[in-house]
Amino acid sequence: MSTQTEPKKPLNEFEAGLDKADKAVASFAQDDKTLTHVLRKFLRDYPTTIPALVLIVSILFFGAFANNFMTPGTLSLVLKQVTVTGIVAVAQTLIILTAGIDLSVGAILVLSSIIMGKLSVDFGLPPFLAISIGLFFGGLMGWFNGILVTVIKLPPFIVTLGTLSIFTALKLWYSASQSIRGSDIRETAPSLLFFGERISFGGFQITYGVVALLVLAGLVYYMLNHTAWGRHVMAIGDDPDAAMLSGIRINRTLVSVYAFAGLICAFGGWAAAGRVGSISPIGFDDVNLQSITAVVIGGTSLFGGRGSVIGSVLGAIIVGVFTTGLSLGGVDDYWQQFAAGCLVLVAVALDQWLRRATK
Amino acid sequence: MTNTQNPLVELRNIEIAFGGIKAVDDVSVDLYPGEVVGLLGHNGAGKSTLIKCLSGAYKKDAGEVLINGQSVEINNPRDARSYNIETIYQTLALADNLDAASNLFLGREIVTKSGMLDEAKMEAETRKIMARLNPNFRKFNEPVSALSGGQRQSVAIARAVYFNAKILIMDEPTAALGPHETQMVAELIQELKKQGLGIFLIDHDVHAVKQLCDRAAVMKNGQLVGVVKVDEVTEDDLLAMIILGRKPEHLAA
Repeated sequence: MSTQTEPKKPLNEFEAGLDKADKAVASFAQDDKTLTHVLRKFLRDYPTTIPALVLIVSILFFGAFANNFMTPGTLSLVLKQVTVTGIVAVAQTLIILTAGIDLSVGAILVLSSIIMGKLSVDFGLPPFLAISIGLFFGGLMGWFNGILVTVIKLPPFIVTLGTLSIFTALKLWYSASQSIRGSDIRETAPSLLFFGERISFGGFQITYGVVALLVLAGLVYYMLNHTAWGRHVMAIGDDPDAAMLSGIRINRTLVSVYAFAGLICAFGGWAAAGRVGSISPIGFDDVNLQSITAVVIGGTSLFGGRGSVIGSVLGAIIVGVFTTGLSLGGVDDYWQQFAAGCLVLVAVALDQWLRRATK
Repeated sequence: MTNTQNPLVELRNIEIAFGGIKAVDDVSVDLYPGEVVGLLGHNGAGKSTLIKCLSGAYKKDAGEVLINGQSVEINNPRDARSYNIETIYQTLALADNLDAASNLFLGREIVTKSGMLDEAKMEAETRKIMARLNPNFRKFNEPVSALSGGQRQSVAIARAVYFNAKILIMDEPTAALGPHETQMVAELIQELKKQGLGIFLIDHDVHAVKQLCDRAAVMKNGQLVGVVKVDEVTEDDLLAMIILGRKPEHLAA
């Protein structure tokens, strides 16, 4: 990661310089409409096209070559598997759109779900209250990240690397490294497992968690594209100086983004409890990197200001399709990871190509 | 100029230092309605820095800013906007991935009663103002990174003009423009002047300042060399002020 965040500033400055140098030529070269230009422009305008196409192609591919892939059961399973990653990827998208990164998402998720579980199971709080408190603490942890990024002015990578350790320690301390058993939760606070419940239609078994993911993604998409807040988030990631000079309250907006992302992660913790059926302090360790993978495959630029939350959800599903498809095709675990790694590299290379495609 | 009126802006004894180096050292300039004051000087003379404490991008260390005779505190660009001060930055300050309308209304979006962006209205307003400033402008739905230098400039100008500015700051507005577009900016300045705006024009080009401005303030090494009426000096006089930091002799007395 550090290699991706470090050259950000010199690159931007370099590009700013390029813009100036290019201008005279640009005004005369407008008619240069080669196929590559048209393609680049289309992909820039509709950034979710690529993940959508990749998803369709990969589903068709595994449908043709992997046994039992193209069945309602398998497809439902893929969706179920990506629920938590997808929700966290929505939060991660918000952060990455501001040209930041959040390595603490997984720890926030687990700590929030432990708070929900312990308060309702061990302390007998009504589930509604326990969940609300868990969500509050998720938002609080995100807010803490945001304060460190804006007020103390530390790079998001470093801040969240630090809080990753802090929140991880807190979750082990608070849970005393013990899981909360599914049977206990079912007895005292079944609503904690709500998002694991299923609705069936025509062989498909969709959990409420999947529905929640789709609703959440729709909501955040709407906020990003149709509210002033969303536009400010995009502008800050795009060009913080321009955003500041335009009168946008950068710090306030950034803190709200981190806090909102924390809230979404806590919500992901609730969904994770339903997905697994119990709450473990050592689960979901890899969701940090998985969420970044999903965001990048979904076409959101790590340099900020460009991307889509819908793409991130598609990115999460693509990884799920590859993992499930390859395992149904009898491919070993490590080749599944290999494939996910290749997807990331291709996605970032594509993003770089698009960044150069300003014409 | 009509010095009988009250000045629109008075910058009094402004000082800004960066790490011990005084970028602006005890500079006082004023601006009257319907007047264009040029700010001249080398790179690093402190022109942009001086003007950025009026636009809210920097905070002054000492001195006073008066708007219509009232002492005001400008701590950020929002404060500046609330006094109807608009700025066209040298860097344009556009968000590259957003389209013209989004940039025009950035930080001041028109929203519906339910809090949603009123994109139709913002685009209609953008089309209206662009029709006036740059009738050939067509790329309303493309990110501004896809625009030419002149088109980007016209978006930045539109943003400053649209919100009924009373005080306009232009930091090298013609730096990226061709001769035709430069002419359009000159005409725009004349028009805005007639409407009674006060304009600070930062420029390198002595010739342009002589043409467009009523008065010129020359800075060197953070200090004010002098403020002169452009009709009373020659281009050579201005150059001497910029390069040697010396006021012309017939005015110095």
